[in-house]
Amino acid sequence: MSKPARRRTTLAVLAGMTALSLAACGNEDPAAAAGGEAAADDIAVAASDDACDVASSELPAGVHQFTVTNSGSKVTEFYVYADGDRVMAEVENIAPGVARELRVELPAGEYETACKPGMIGDGIRSALVVSGEATALSQDESLAQAGVDYQRYVQSQTGALLEQTTAFTDAVKAGDIEGAKALFPVARTYWERIEPVAESFGDLDPIIDGREGDQAEGEDFTGFHRIEKALWETGDVSDMGPYADQLKSNVEEIVARANEVTLDPLQLANGAKALLDEIATGKITGEEDRYSHTDLWDFSANLEGSEAAVQALRPYLETHDAELVAEIDERFAATEEELAQYRSGDGWTSYEQLTQDQLRGLSDSITALTEPVSQVAAVVAEK
Amino acid sequence: MSAEGLSRRRFFGLAGAGTAGVIAAGAAGGAIGRATAGEPLAPPASTATDAVPFTGEHQAGIVTPAQDRLHFVALDVITDDRAELVEMLQAWTAAARRMTAGQDAGEVGAVEGGQYAVPDDTGEALDLPASGLTLTIGFGPTLFTTADGVDRFGLADRRPGPLAELPAFPGEAIDPAISGGDLCVQACANDPQVAVHAVRNLVRLGAGVVSVRWSQLGFGRTSSTSSAQATPRNLFGFKDGTDNLKAEAPKALDQFVWVADDDPGADWLAGGSYVVTRKIRMRIEQWDTATLADQEQTIGRTKKAGAPLGQAAEFDPVDFAVQVDGQPAIPVRSHVALAHPTNSGTAILRRGYSFVDGSDGLGRLDAGLFFIAYQRDPETGFVQVQRNLRTDAMNEYVQHTSSAVFACPPGVTGPDDWWGRTLFS
Repeated sequence: MSKPARRRTTLAVLAGMTALSLAACGNEDPAAAAGGEAAADDIAVAASDDACDVASSELPAGVHQFTVTNSGSKVTEFYVYADGDRVMAEVENIAPGVARELRVELPAGEYETACKPGMIGDGIRSALVVSGEATALSQDESLAQAGVDYQRYVQSQTGALLEQTTAFTDAVKAGDIEGAKALFPVARTYWERIEPVAESFGDLDPIIDGREGDQAEGEDFTGFHRIEKALWETGDVSDMGPYADQLKSNVEEIVARANEVTLDPLQLANGAKALLDEIATGKITGEEDRYSHTDLWDFSANLEGSEAAVQALRPYLETHDAELVAEIDERFAATEEELAQYRSGDGWTSYEQLTQDQLRGLSDSITALTEPVSQVAAVVAEK
Repeated sequence: MSAEGLSRRRFFGLAGAGTAGVIAAGAAGGAIGRATAGEPLAPPASTATDAVPFTGEHQAGIVTPAQDRLHFVALDVITDDRAELVEMLQAWTAAARRMTAGQDAGEVGAVEGGQYAVPDDTGEALDLPASGLTLTIGFGPTLFTTADGVDRFGLADRRPGPLAELPAFPGEAIDPAISGGDLCVQACANDPQVAVHAVRNLVRLGAGVVSVRWSQLGFGRTSSTSSAQATPRNLFGFKDGTDNLKAEAPKALDQFVWVADDDPGADWLAGGSYVVTRKIRMRIEQWDTATLADQEQTIGRTKKAGAPLGQAAEFDPVDFAVQVDGQPAIPVRSHVALAHPTNSGTAILRRGYSFVDGSDGLGRLDAGLFFIAYQRDPETGFVQVQRNLRTDAMNEYVQHTSSAVFACPPGVTGPDDWWGRTLFS
């Protein structure tokens, strides 16, 4: 825990350094720079299982701090969304009884705040109006901003990934079968949301997320799915300790690397499409989580990750192809609606319980969504 | 199911450009795009690589001389939004005009859109000629009223009576997963890659609006629809389709194939036809171990020449009065005897294809005939014939495993016309 904890501290408190390093790369980074400025205020957010009370609904443009306190019984998340659910800022994985801070620079505009108790769905929303002079970004600026925005998203996911993976591996090592089973799809949610980033580290992805049978001769079967197999197939994790340690340390490594990555706009566009391809090839087939059958958790996470990547590009896309943005919005909504039929409690229906017709409905919606998302790359490249 | 989410953008690219594209296609023929093979508006293809005209009084692909290859697809409509469906049909029409002329499916083309664009044509037909491609569309009963009685598109009162699910027949083993469908497209071409390319691109254009229910490849025609064609052999090794309805007999076509002006649904269907498809599994191994005499008695023709039993040549008249050794030369339970118009009292235009879908897991060939027949009314066409085949000696060697029926509208006439206009307007 010590290493990742230090990293989070570094990001949260010394974000000014991030700004410096990015500036050195030639990027303007107002969001990261915001971390260096004193926030003008501290807006309380009272989150529970059925409420999300934000102390202010009108703010002046500038840097603001939100302190989110979770008084509910479920883990929650807090988001500040711009139009089209573009994530301006978010804090993940707020456990019951815990308070977390979020600092964000908000230009003038209309926003929505959302708490997501149980970490799923659209969340409990409120309007947030930020007044002041709106500044229009140039074309290059809005594309550069997309990379920065998405990096912020990745960093919020990696933090939660590390925490939940640690909780998962701790449960495995403690022999807590039911606890580990419950944490498995939760930890994977954060992994699946940023999978294209993780996969860009070709050496780590196979040992963290490889499926049985994918290994070259002489390679061991390791990672999430090795432990998944033990949990669901044999129910015996007594020999999983080394695999748990290795998984945790590999996730630490990939988190450290992922936090340093800024994707360019074309990589973002391709990543958004790649996540949909993941759904079509791995989740709809039930291949990904073949022992636990928690594939719909991964499906949902891939979908959210794809939408985050597209939405990071939204300001640019809206000025260059508003019709495409509208179509993508419609199809994301349709896919979410299709998927929402299979919510079950705080999670998702087991893959095994889905009928062929239901799978076909999910497949059709992903096929329909992929067509317009696949066109984003060309719009970005037109610049 | 959300009614939202139509690809207006993509459709607009195709349909919006339709008029200009059509004029270009009409004027320049195959000059743009991949084809160099000839004028698409010339008379019916005279060689295997030519284009077949897309427009006309009737849809192409019915009496068009049967091409060698088939890709048939049935689709379900997954939107509830009529406007989305109409827009897709318009986009399909634009793409069909282009592809049947030997051009790319989309305006931009498979490789002309730049490195970062997703190509609007999938590219596997680049460098291939039109290859006689025809695309024929049909509308199934469930498009008008769903199986549970819902009138999704306000079409229920436009469903002609004859467009109804086929009755059950003895001995069949119909698999619902490969039967029925709201829409169908029959793609026929002399190059299998051209037929597959056409279906693939139409399906892609339909993302979010339609979903493929089933599809079937056919590798060899089993019928002649023109007297200019030689009669092919089916997988039983027999010539099939000798006495088919043919393009050269327009009066018979009017009587048995085309929906007439006073038929049900004529307000939109006149000049169209009904297509029935049946996947007929052949019991290949049992057939192959039957004696030649048994085979010929089962069919009612000779295997070598295809002559009716008791005659010498393929096109000799089928004469049920001829006797051999005091028995009818053509056995009364032979396939020819029972299916022939003389005994069935009707005629259909057969356009089927042989299929081999690999093996069945028991080492047996999963093969047979993908039967396609066009008729003016299924009840007095296929159904009447099939009822008469109840005692067919051939039943021992075949089993029907799929069933579907579709109403095929009349041909697309002008540059602004589109598939289904008469139904949806």
